[in-house]
Amino acid sequence: MRIALFVTCLADTMFPEAAKATVTLLERLGHEVVFPTEQTCCGQMHVNTGYQRDALPLVRRHVRTFDPYDVIVAPSGSCVGSVRHQHAMVASRAGDRRLASRAESVAGRTYELSELLVDVLGVTDVGAYYPHRVTYHPTCHSLRMLRVGDRPLRLLREVRGLDLVELPAADQCCGFGGTFAVKNADTSTAMLADKMHHVLSTGADVCTAGDSSCLMHIGGGLSRLRSGVRTVHLAEILASTEHSETAGDRGAVRP
Amino acid sequence: MTRTFLGMPVTAPPGVGHLRGAEPFPSAARRGLADPQLRRNLGHATKTIRAKSAGVIGEVPDWQELRAAGSAIKTDVMARLPELLEQLEAKVTAAGGVVHWAADANEANRIVTDLVRATGGSRVIKVKSMATQEIGLNEALEAVGIEPVETDLAELIVQLGDDRPSHILVPAIHRNRAEIREIFLRTMPGVDSTLTDEPAALAAVARRYLRQTFLTTKVAISGANFAVADTGTLAVVESEGNGRMCLTLPETLITVMGIEKVVPTWRDLEVFLQLLPRASTGERMNPYTSMWTGVTPGDGPQAFHLVLLDNGRSAVLADEVGRQALHCIRCSACLNVCPVYERTGGHAYGSVYPGPIGAVLSPQLTGVADNSSLPYASSLCGACYDACPVKINIPELLVHLRDQAPHPRGEATAMAAAAYTMNRPRLYQAAQRAVRLSRLAGRRGRGIPPPLDGWTASRDLPDPPAQTFRDWWATR
Amino acid sequence: MTARELVLGRLRAALGTDARASVEVPRAYRRAGMRDLEQLVDRLVDYRAEVHRLAEADIADTISGILPSGATVVVPPGLPPAWLPSTVTVVVDGGLANEQIGAADAVVTAVAVAVAETGTVVLDGSPDQGRRVLSLLPDLHVCVVRADQVVAGVPEALARLSPHRPLTWISGPSATSDIELNRVEGVHGPRNLHVILLP
Repeated sequence: MRIALFVTCLADTMFPEAAKATVTLLERLGHEVVFPTEQTCCGQMHVNTGYQRDALPLVRRHVRTFDPYDVIVAPSGSCVGSVRHQHAMVASRAGDRRLASRAESVAGRTYELSELLVDVLGVTDVGAYYPHRVTYHPTCHSLRMLRVGDRPLRLLREVRGLDLVELPAADQCCGFGGTFAVKNADTSTAMLADKMHHVLSTGADVCTAGDSSCLMHIGGGLSRLRSGVRTVHLAEILASTEHSETAGDRGAVRP
Repeated sequence: MTRTFLGMPVTAPPGVGHLRGAEPFPSAARRGLADPQLRRNLGHATKTIRAKSAGVIGEVPDWQELRAAGSAIKTDVMARLPELLEQLEAKVTAAGGVVHWAADANEANRIVTDLVRATGGSRVIKVKSMATQEIGLNEALEAVGIEPVETDLAELIVQLGDDRPSHILVPAIHRNRAEIREIFLRTMPGVDSTLTDEPAALAAVARRYLRQTFLTTKVAISGANFAVADTGTLAVVESEGNGRMCLTLPETLITVMGIEKVVPTWRDLEVFLQLLPRASTGERMNPYTSMWTGVTPGDGPQAFHLVLLDNGRSAVLADEVGRQALHCIRCSACLNVCPVYERTGGHAYGSVYPGPIGAVLSPQLTGVADNSSLPYASSLCGACYDACPVKINIPELLVHLRDQAPHPRGEATAMAAAAYTMNRPRLYQAAQRAVRLSRLAGRRGRGIPPPLDGWTASRDLPDPPAQTFRDWWATR
Repeated sequence: MTARELVLGRLRAALGTDARASVEVPRAYRRAGMRDLEQLVDRLVDYRAEVHRLAEADIADTISGILPSGATVVVPPGLPPAWLPSTVTVVVDGGLANEQIGAADAVVTAVAVAVAETGTVVLDGSPDQGRRVLSLLPDLHVCVVRADQVVAGVPEALARLSPHRPLTWISGPSATSDIELNRVEGVHGPRNLHVILLP
């Protein structure tokens, strides 16, 4: 299958390992990955901060860039959530009905990584090997906006060598929330403190999730604590094999 | 002035009532965040209620169908609000009640104080009501020498403790049993130090304290959970029996009701009486629900006044997206699941409506400029939307209101610049490379300037990678 | 312009041209079910009501077991006299003062409807249930429910009730969740609720 990678601006700029792992994984599964280079950012930060008018050209760019592809994947629940739940809204509030309907069409072909693997490609065992104790944080937008449910867990359970431990109060927000983390830094930090407490209580050495943004937040806190627990994107775990030289040695933020 | 101009929707007036906080949310939140006792009290209480509520919601197989019906009924109400209110007015009047219309808080306070004064009474007993808190009715009554007595246990705790409510359902949620005992000891005559902090003992003290007041007060003031347009029936949902006391014993009953509380038909109560208790207190049914239609000869108050309150609601209705905030049935489920509310407490929101629903309702009632920090008091985690028994899409509303909020000039400039850059791939790539320069800010970002230092106060920034994804892709 | 005209004018202006005809309400939820007496008992007990199952002929004996000898009991005018034991002093409401009602040890009433799924009894002011104040002030409330008054859920209960009567829905004794969000029984309403369930 030919799959267009919607890399997301955050992964592109700050967490390329998650994006590279997505490519590695899909190619290993026998699919062709293409990267439309005209893509930049989906505009979620603008929409969520109250700048829908500024987001409009970014929505237009995104729709134009990805309209030619039948299947689009992003290693981010949050950005896929924006494409699915915000793009058409931004377009129709700006009075551009044609863009709104094209945005809906693109949204219908856009998948978060675990959705693509389980629902479209029909795999849960992706042939990965990752000999670590891992806990999974279901990010809010994956959990409640996309309803990815247990798809990431089903994928992780098939990874050889991986010891999956349940995260207490997993459905609680980590406190990132985009610009919320800056505008309400104290509240965000209090939420993060509880999330880190739960992560540390599992005894895991890796905390994983489907969003680099939340992992940046949790990882930034764990790093400050010198906790020794690393944050690793789900794609990186699924891309790891016995032969991958860096298996278990990738981290969003290294302590 | 033309009639059209006079009839335009208007937000709630400033200077009266409790819809506006004294400071922005982030700074008000700091007090709650810094109070470990408050955090413990809230954490314990919200955890308890979440578990109870999940249990009784799990018992009903048709919860989602009930939510869908509740949501549709409220959508219908908003679309037909004027005619439903006229129908309600006609039915209440026919049943012996008197209906008053109040355009805002000042008008409602004047109507109620005039009614109380006309009875010759100098004291009123009150059933917990968000509408009367919203308009500052107690202060208005006190200003003319009428003593309002809150009879709901939590409201009484707040009133005796000279405190402010911090939760829609349980206004004293920020107080634990030891603190409540302390307030009772200090303020209730005849309570001695042998009083324990057992909740049952504390409730018994409140029972004794209020009994004589219930029996000797001639006027009661209540809110309403529901008002049925096609029958003129009012409904008050409660637990303690203080509501029954107020709705039954006095000679005069004055009910102050936000205009959005009307439901079209008697049958519609079958939806809300199932949704509300399970979402709210986590009970299959609350201990007491009272329903009355006008005046019943020989039973209960023989004078009944219904005050229909606008106070900004017409302005909320005018916003096609925002109007779903008026669907709220005040259950507090969104507060109980909100990670922000759980950590900051209700006082941080400034308004009598705290938590996620407050963050979307208060700014609309007052105009967003007067509560501009509230739409940002959320990480958009979506737990509130899932919990809402009438499916109010609170995250969508928050984003909608952020778009209307006044933006700091520096932020607006930065956002415009970011959008400009991101719409030009070459510029965007140049900016990506510049990110690597952020290493100049110091290891893990610990030298960056405000407001971004809010991040690095407690979190490290990741080191930018040596190569962006698109650079790597280009070299494959 | 009156406040009424002002508010209605504002609302009509707010709705503007998108004022629509009524919205279709999906009522896919359960509107009827099987009456389940065991469920009613279970739910009543769960909310700390005491339940007694017996035949009508045994009501008086049961009440004499609940109330101490010599207790004062207020009753509505239409309550069957045979329900009351000779061991108690019966005061029939014919316009009693609140103080007299409050001084009584207990009240005995019938009910209009009972809801199994929620453990609720509803009083509607009929002659065998009386004025609302009657079942409010005494600390102990005994109510008698016939099996044919029990319905499965809230929709059936509302369908049986008249909105033109004053209604009191009672689910267990008076309680509060105001202290640490935990339910504790016993505030202003009757602290003891006994339900006598007839076949």
